[in-house]
Amino acid sequence: MREYIGDVMGESNVHSLDTSTAVHSIQDKFIVDKLDLYYGTFKALKEISMNIKESEVTALIGPSGCGKSTFLKTLNRMNDLDSTVRIEGSVLLDNKNIFTEIDVINLRQWVGMVFQQPNPFPKSIYDNIAYGPRVQGITKKAELDIIVERSLRQAAIWDEAKDRLHKSALGMSGGQQQRLCIARTLATKPDVILMDEPTSALDPISTLKIEELVLELKKDYTIVIVTHNMQQASRISDKTAFFLLGDLIEYNTTEEIFTNPKNPKTEEYITGRFG
Amino acid sequence: MPNKDNQVLQDTTKAINATILRAKLLDTIMTGVFYVVALFFLVLLIVFATYIIVKGFMDFDISMMAFDHRGIGNQLFNTVYLVILALLISVPLGLLSGIYMAEYAKPGRVTKIIRISIETLSSLPSIVVGLFGYLVFIVMTGSQWNLFAGALAVSILSLPIISTTTEDALKSLPDGYKKGSYGMGATKWQTIRMVLLPACIPQIMTGIILAAGRAFGEAAALMFTAGMSTDINWNSTNLFSSTHPLNPFRPGETLALQIWASRTEAIAENSTQIANLCAAILMIMVFTFSISARYISQHINKKMIGDNK
Repeated sequence: MREYIGDVMGESNVHSLDTSTAVHSIQDKFIVDKLDLYYGTFKALKEISMNIKESEVTALIGPSGCGKSTFLKTLNRMNDLDSTVRIEGSVLLDNKNIFTEIDVINLRQWVGMVFQQPNPFPKSIYDNIAYGPRVQGITKKAELDIIVERSLRQAAIWDEAKDRLHKSALGMSGGQQQRLCIARTLATKPDVILMDEPTSALDPISTLKIEELVLELKKDYTIVIVTHNMQQASRISDKTAFFLLGDLIEYNTTEEIFTNPKNPKTEEYITGRFG
Repeated sequence: MPNKDNQVLQDTTKAINATILRAKLLDTIMTGVFYVVALFFLVLLIVFATYIIVKGFMDFDISMMAFDHRGIGNQLFNTVYLVILALLISVPLGLLSGIYMAEYAKPGRVTKIIRISIETLSSLPSIVVGLFGYLVFIVMTGSQWNLFAGALAVSILSLPIISTTTEDALKSLPDGYKKGSYGMGATKWQTIRMVLLPACIPQIMTGIILAAGRAFGEAAALMFTAGMSTDINWNSTNLFSSTHPLNPFRPGETLALQIWASRTEAIAENSTQIANLCAAILMIMVFTFSISARYISQHINKKMIGDNK
């Protein structure tokens, strides 16, 4: 199922193969080394080093303004859109430096992003999903049809969408829109999906559906998710990273973080004493 | 003490109730005011349009529509042709400059100067544009009065309208569209062409309608550029002939200019009726153009965003 746009994503396949010859563990999707990030003169991330494993869900938690969203946006260079941002240190994706060795356009196709507010385009459901493939140069209707159906099925929204594919995506509910946005990201065939508080604007039932979806998707994708919701992090993630004031305080398996945190600050935060 | 407290609370309640009552009354009054204002303009428009159309067609005679010097057929054709030429020039340029201002221009002094220039351009007196056009497009190029020069002059006036509406429309789009598109690896131009511009079609269409309205009704800017005469040979087969209808480099008087000419210097005995008829036809044309442009825009929009019914 993964090869149908293989010719278009040829570069992607080549780049995936590189890992086999790499010295690092094949499991590491991202290797972040001494990452500093400044907004103008304000240092928002301080010497962050962490490895993010393939096919796992990594949750980033921490109080507002701690840098977790900024860190997430660094992983597919969405920070580039802000001209005041300056970055030092390195981030490797499959052992390639995302700032120097990977073109930003390719990077964002491999590392997709789902935002806090569902942001479908003012287009039909079909055209929303077909957007990414079209951007990559796929124009044949038969091919697009396959991709659209597959992506919507993967995002568990096919049943709700199949009879209204050519109606506006803006007519869907917030929860449906968010799953549509996940489907839209899947259609570009990413390796990694970044999610920036994807359920904070949704009701509990929609949230549950997204969480189930994340657990389903981690079989095929590496997922990094920013969340304010402690229960959500413990429910869906394998690893949890706790950020505070731009520092990575603690990074461990989710179980360890929630049952046996090493750092007192982590404990204070997860037990709700601040934040 | 409790009695005094109760008294204070009762007074407060009374004051609050009075405030709410006043707010409600004011709300009713303001609603009424807005209805009256809206009604005033609606009635004004209807009276105005009816007067012009009735007066225009009162003494209608089919010979007044003739496509020669006796009728205004040629002027009608020139008007349509001039509007098309002007839109061909100003729509692409206006779109490009609007996109530039919204998406590419970096905030700073240069951008500020460009914006002030565009704003100034849109409020230039049209006679100034006309004389400028005469100087640059006619005298400097050593040519005769022609429709193309007229279209250029009108474009100076309509370009800022299209440019500003495009810029405003792009800037008012939710940030999420752009982020979503970039987040999937689209380039800036792909984002503009495939997401942002399609989302702006209704507003851009409004800009085009306003620009076309400007071109339909323009007189002063055309007097010394498109010229005050028209001589069309409808049997001409030579596009380069100065009498071929589609030659843009021939003089072409428009309806608006015809009105002006008929009311000032005409010697024909039916010149008043001609002027009235021109006015009526001009107005009908503007209406028709607006309505069909809106219809097309809605149709495109429906196709773009998907029908929601």
